[in-house]
Amino acid sequence: MLIGHRTWAFENRPVISGAAAVVGPEEGNGPLANDYDIIHEDKMLGQDSWEKAEQTLLEEAAKLALERAGIPKERIGFYISGDLLNQITSSSYTARTLSVPYIGVFGACSTSMESLALAAFIVNGGGAEHVLSATSSHNSTAERQFRYPTEYGAQKPPTAQYTVTGAGAAVVSKGEQADRNRPVIASATLGRVVDMGIKDPFNMGAAMAPAAVDTIQAHLKDLNRTPGDYDLIVTGDLAGVGYEIALELFRKHQVPIEETQYYDCGLMVYDRNKQPVQAGGSGCACSAVVTYGHLLKRMARGELRRILVVATGALMSPTTVQQGESIPCIAHAVCIENGGMSE
Amino acid sequence: MTFLWAFVVGGLICVAGQILLDVFKMTPGKAMSTLVVCGAILDAFKLYEPLIEFAGAGATVPITSFGNALVHGALSELERDGWIGVITGIFEVTSAGISSAIVFSFLAALFVKPKG
Amino acid sequence: MSNKKMKNVTPVQKEYQELAKSKEPKRPLLKNCVKAFFVGGFICLIGQVLQEIFMHYFHFDQSKAGDPTVACLIFLSVVLTSLGVYDKFGQWAGAGSAVPVTGFANSMASAAIEHRSEGLVLGVGANMFKLAGSVIVFGVFSAFVVGIVYLIFGLGG
Repeated sequence: MLIGHRTWAFENRPVISGAAAVVGPEEGNGPLANDYDIIHEDKMLGQDSWEKAEQTLLEEAAKLALERAGIPKERIGFYISGDLLNQITSSSYTARTLSVPYIGVFGACSTSMESLALAAFIVNGGGAEHVLSATSSHNSTAERQFRYPTEYGAQKPPTAQYTVTGAGAAVVSKGEQADRNRPVIASATLGRVVDMGIKDPFNMGAAMAPAAVDTIQAHLKDLNRTPGDYDLIVTGDLAGVGYEIALELFRKHQVPIEETQYYDCGLMVYDRNKQPVQAGGSGCACSAVVTYGHLLKRMARGELRRILVVATGALMSPTTVQQGESIPCIAHAVCIENGGMSE
Repeated sequence: MTFLWAFVVGGLICVAGQILLDVFKMTPGKAMSTLVVCGAILDAFKLYEPLIEFAGAGATVPITSFGNALVHGALSELERDGWIGVITGIFEVTSAGISSAIVFSFLAALFVKPKG
Repeated sequence: MSNKKMKNVTPVQKEYQELAKSKEPKRPLLKNCVKAFFVGGFICLIGQVLQEIFMHYFHFDQSKAGDPTVACLIFLSVVLTSLGVYDKFGQWAGAGSAVPVTGFANSMASAAIEHRSEGLVLGVGANMFKLAGSVIVFGVFSAFVVGIVYLIFGLGG
């Protein structure tokens, strides 16, 4: 049901019946290592190319999420997925393997919550009993496509971010009485494109921060809530630079973010003091692996009851950047609650 | 003594490159292209050869010497063969650098996979 | 259609861009320049040593010793790129590794190695000059302009 301008409240309380987070070696050396389901030591996963490796990550996450949900893939109604690669090939080729009806989406690094919101909408509206939502990214495929060959010795500036190698998947299912323990997708706010004229592709945090704040404000306004109604609000990948800017923007727009814990997945996925990741993590998998690996586990332990995950994406291409365009960004928010909670 | 000047001059040219990267916020490609053009211009004013005399490898190793070599090739052919020399001479002096870069890069691609 | 030169930045955008700039971590210019100086100087020093070796042991004369020296440095750079260390070295050394001819070789080797997965012809062959291409194009073009200027003004060689 639509509430306000762009928020869906899911009155039938669809649940996340299974989720999985699969990552590469650098994420496995990060602070959240214990929360991932699979950590690969070889960044190429024994494949012939980086792209095939990313596809393998996505397939593993999808399969594991289905196992956790206890649902065979034949019962999946739809598979909604996206990634950073041209023509979202990781997702499409994984869809080939899964052989389920496929909806490909592109939201850059906001894809995780974009696809989760759509999955919840479909299940809530009776469009399917189970929908698989997934996304992936890989440091080398992103570097290769957006920036430089991986062995090139260019010096990255301190504002640059490090694309997470990983994949996150979640099965969204119809909520039932027996699901009191499973996380519920309570609501979602879809973002609109915000472009404040930032042109530097090595400073995506600055480009994305306004979109994140815009979506969070819209969500709170539509539901008539304040940040204090949440135990945690996380943005997807603003990282060091974007996070500071977002705090400033919250101050300026008088959003009382201090009422809750506010953090960013790009800052959680790596240890910036030990790992050479400049400003922090980014990539579709950043918000996905932190949410499906770490945050859902904290919810299961009862540490968090209601969270807002706001995945942020920068929608440029190398061509538009070279043509002098600025970077338009978007942020999609999903509110996840503990099964026991009600409005 | 040439060793000292090779170190100092080479280092200073690299500092110029670093300033292009950090102060002018150029991408590495733009910065290197700028330095090559600078090398070409310096040779046009007959300033690069004396630098090579003085600093040896400090002037021949940085990418600026590439611009110098291209101009040198063009100008010496111009003198020898007339106007067509401007076209025929350009790659003459730089052949070692470009050819070896192509050959070794190709061999590397045959035997090595990227490590990420 | 957007005309990038005339694109008007709204006051809200301008204010935001100033905020973004204020939050941008400053690049450690002095530290980077010092690293570039020492690394670049050191690579050139190695070049000088190689040149002396070629002149005295292999009997190249002064004007010709530069060629094998450059070839050696390029070989070294390609090896380091193949071992997967040049990119880490480059992150630390900045222009110190990019400006010497070793940086040029790294740009070609890294592109060639990266695109091997697309095959030898369309992958390696077509992409090898992805990064080095602009250096060659602008170098050649400026040499051409200089040549033409010399020709027009009758300056000879």
